[in-house]
Amino acid sequence: MSILEGKKVIVIGDRDGIPGPAIALCAESAGAEVIFSATECFV
Amino acid sequence: MDLENQKRVKELTEEFGAGNIVVLLGAAEGEASGIAAETVTVGDPTFAGPLTGVSLGLPVYHVCEEEVKEAYDPDVYEEQVSMMEMVLDVDEIAEEMKAIRALKPGS
Repeated sequence: MSILEGKKVIVIGDRDGIPGPAIALCAESAGAEVIFSATECFV
Repeated sequence: MDLENQKRVKELTEEFGAGNIVVLLGAAEGEASGIAAETVTVGDPTFAGPLTGVSLGLPVYHVCEEEVKEAYDPDVYEEQVSMMEMVLDVDEIAEEMKAIRALKPGS
């Protein structure tokens, strides 16, 4: 069982890196439930 | 980490319990990854947000780290992340993330 399977995932994406929705799709594909997703902007 | 996001992370941890949660980050470089990771494990290192002095101890990974990457559907990762992964210093990020996870008791 992976680190993510069956877990509730909090996604903190980055506008200059990987955005939240892209990470959320990866987490869901691993069997996790995304409970929060944000995309931050470090400026 | 954004102060509003810190508040949400704190509320969600109280609601669901730290043992059920994993945090995934998408920061562009090692230092930013480390600061965000530190915020959700031992507390906000900038002493600015609601997680200042709050040790949530959440498991935290960068989306590009091998530990979590192997769990994704490879097609989804390829489509959503792989382009950006090429311009990130994944080794530096992974090193930073491991150092922060080591701060967490019991890991």
